[in-house]
Amino acid sequence: MPNFYKDNKDILFLLDNIDISKIILLREKDFKEKDIYEYAPSSVEDAMENYKIALDILGDICGNVVAPMAKDVDIEGARFENGEVHYANGTKEALQRLTQADFMGFTIPRKYGGLNFPKTIYSLAIEMVSRADASLMNLFGLQEISETIYRFGTEAQRKKYLPKFCSGEYTGAMALTEPDAGSDLQAVSLKAHLGNDGRWYLDGVKRFITNGCADIILVLARSEPNIKGARGLSLFIYKRDEHIKIRRIEEKLGIHGSPTCEIMFTHAPAELLGERKLGLVKYTFSLMNGARLGVAAQGVGIAEAAYRMAYDYASSRKQFGSSIIEFPQVYEMLINMKVDIEAARRLVYFTSNIVDLKESFEERLANSGDKTLKKEFKQYSRYASFLTPMSKIFATEMANRVAYDALQIHGGVGYTKDFEIERVYRDARITNIYEGTTQLQVHAAIGGVITGGVMNLTDELILKINDSNLKQGIFELKECLDSCIKHIKEVGDSQFQHYHARRLVELGIFLITSCLLAIDAKKDLRKQKVADIFLNRAIAKSHEYKKYILSIPPSVINFKNEILND
Amino acid sequence: MSFNMVVLVKQVPDTSNIVEDAMKPDGTVNRDALPAIINPEDLCALEEAIKIKENSGGTITVISMGPPKAEDALRYCLCMGADKAILLSDRKFAASDTLATSYTLAKAIEKLPCFDIIFCGRQAIDGDTAQVGPQVAEKLNINQLTYVFNIAQLTKEYIVVKRDIGDGYEVCKSPLPVLLTISSKANTPRPPSVKRAMAYKNLKAQKGDNGLILLWDHNSIGADPNRCGLKGSKTRVKKVENVVLKTFDKKDIQPTLDCISGLLKELMEDHIIG
Repeated sequence: MPNFYKDNKDILFLLDNIDISKIILLREKDFKEKDIYEYAPSSVEDAMENYKIALDILGDICGNVVAPMAKDVDIEGARFENGEVHYANGTKEALQRLTQADFMGFTIPRKYGGLNFPKTIYSLAIEMVSRADASLMNLFGLQEISETIYRFGTEAQRKKYLPKFCSGEYTGAMALTEPDAGSDLQAVSLKAHLGNDGRWYLDGVKRFITNGCADIILVLARSEPNIKGARGLSLFIYKRDEHIKIRRIEEKLGIHGSPTCEIMFTHAPAELLGERKLGLVKYTFSLMNGARLGVAAQGVGIAEAAYRMAYDYASSRKQFGSSIIEFPQVYEMLINMKVDIEAARRLVYFTSNIVDLKESFEERLANSGDKTLKKEFKQYSRYASFLTPMSKIFATEMANRVAYDALQIHGGVGYTKDFEIERVYRDARITNIYEGTTQLQVHAAIGGVITGGVMNLTDELILKINDSNLKQGIFELKECLDSCIKHIKEVGDSQFQHYHARRLVELGIFLITSCLLAIDAKKDLRKQKVADIFLNRAIAKSHEYKKYILSIPPSVINFKNEILND
Repeated sequence: MSFNMVVLVKQVPDTSNIVEDAMKPDGTVNRDALPAIINPEDLCALEEAIKIKENSGGTITVISMGPPKAEDALRYCLCMGADKAILLSDRKFAASDTLATSYTLAKAIEKLPCFDIIFCGRQAIDGDTAQVGPQVAEKLNINQLTYVFNIAQLTKEYIVVKRDIGDGYEVCKSPLPVLLTISSKANTPRPPSVKRAMAYKNLKAQKGDNGLILLWDHNSIGADPNRCGLKGSKTRVKKVENVVLKTFDKKDIQPTLDCISGLLKELMEDHIIG
């Protein structure tokens, strides 16, 4: 009877030790809903208790229903027959359970049937679902769709769509990518035109659409044929009817339970969401940022699954007269895996909380002109802009590394279908690709590193660290990043900055994550050791990066032709 | 078309997670050492009732006889979708055998304004008697359909079910009211609703007529104390003997396809697996 919430001491640690009362107070607005809804909390403690109750129920579903079916879901996969997509049986069953337990409106306000939970808790939920079956997260995690309708839709649209999302009647999809517009969404060409009847109609093809068979699809389309680039795009709500054709679904390396569709719209009626021309620059970015955080949490969950498989195998497999976990080379791998998972979870949790705060302030700001709110909103917004891509980079690259090492610990049998690690290994591979590759995330985060956002946040966080040794180490990290930034600025060539961008952003991630772990170190001796290992590895890596950035000549950016076109 | 349904549930020690001190030296179950859960097939019974409620409407009253702690089980049933719960808790009910239990449950059911269908789990994982459901039906003088795994048809007048008879099934029809015992083959019980779980987290069983979990004692149901608990129980445990299963025979099976299918065939013929 595994419960993926109760058996995860680190999740329990976060809930018991990290104060998220600020976001609870903002979201619950003086707890005034307690008199309207029986399930609304009456205090911060009450809200925390509610979150724990929910995660306990979800942990039970994940451990006892979803995880045991994951293997079959992978084998059966989502199928495409006669123009229609069919989920694997296990996927259907899992969705039914999640719906019965009221989990499909996680962050949506109560008045539309949701739980009104913060993203901070939603991230933990996504992690647990992903640990059980990474492919299910792609359906469970599509709650971003309803969240986007909530944030940018009219009241009529909210009332029309949200209750059905919350009750599980509607599933959602976001249709952004096209054959010629992947990472570069500005190139989207699917046409939206305003008919004489005053309605919008969509024509064109979208590709790589997760759950493209959904009831409600948010479609990014060119509503302004004369405006090229991002400003010519708007976002539309399309309710499935006969004007859509699913052309095929992709055969993928992993996440087989999640159907990835190519869909064609032919004169498909749709509603505009929000304002024209803001489709990409405002709504899609918001939608994608939410989705990126979701994928980061998915990475943590996949890594958790991989680590546990490796741990169990290493504990039971005997060679040379003892369990292989007794060998330093093996347990060193396990320690690094565990430390990295806890580090990523901490970063995702922290980021989710910042995003929550940003969104709550944004909502408050929209309803009042209070200038003090604006200042806080700006601060959180700035932090969120680099923390979200950083979380995705760190958690998804970590998931791949952990899955890789977990398979390594299994040895030869890990490469066979007899053990589940091979599935987890395949599933991990998409996380650092979809919702923006690691390279795109680096691009999104580099500004925060170069222009001081990361340093400001670090300075704030350092104040909360007690342990002087850890603090010393963090200063060392900071010095490394500082000298790299100085050097990059001195060189003054943007190509050179982009060349080193991945390293610079990673230095920023090391710095912030080390701070977070160092803060937790005062709560628990074990956490002190976790912080120690993470920090020491980060310091070593930082010196390596610094050495490379400072020593390679800036003319390296011209090496491309000679080296690649030999 | 809606139905008044009653579901009888029992809190049992979780015998699927056996720990070392699961048995007392005298051979009885050490209830303190094992976590208390709702008898699994009772949840299947509740799930059937909830499905009927979803499709046809109606109300579900869950009844459990047990110590005060059994209110946890009832709270869980409410979270799954029951409307109301009754906890029969009284020192006079302690140490009931199936006869006394069914008497007490039947008296409680008689206090309800009306009922169309009573659902029970096929049997409990602690006593494994499968007797309480049938005895309740006898005492209420209504039909009983046991080992049900499918409700094929339901109208206001009658019900058609499929009963598991081991190597096949039997289709039976009965007028209402009726008592069904549901087997685990019927369904996988749904998870509790988070909204309800949050709303009911502080819910306690209370005396009187108001509340979601009513606390009833022998007076509330007009039960004769001499027919309840130890006094009303005819079963006396004379002795519990520990049986140690020993193997007498040993066979080596080679890991080839033929040998393994041979082994499987043999095990099936001996009804060890089926």
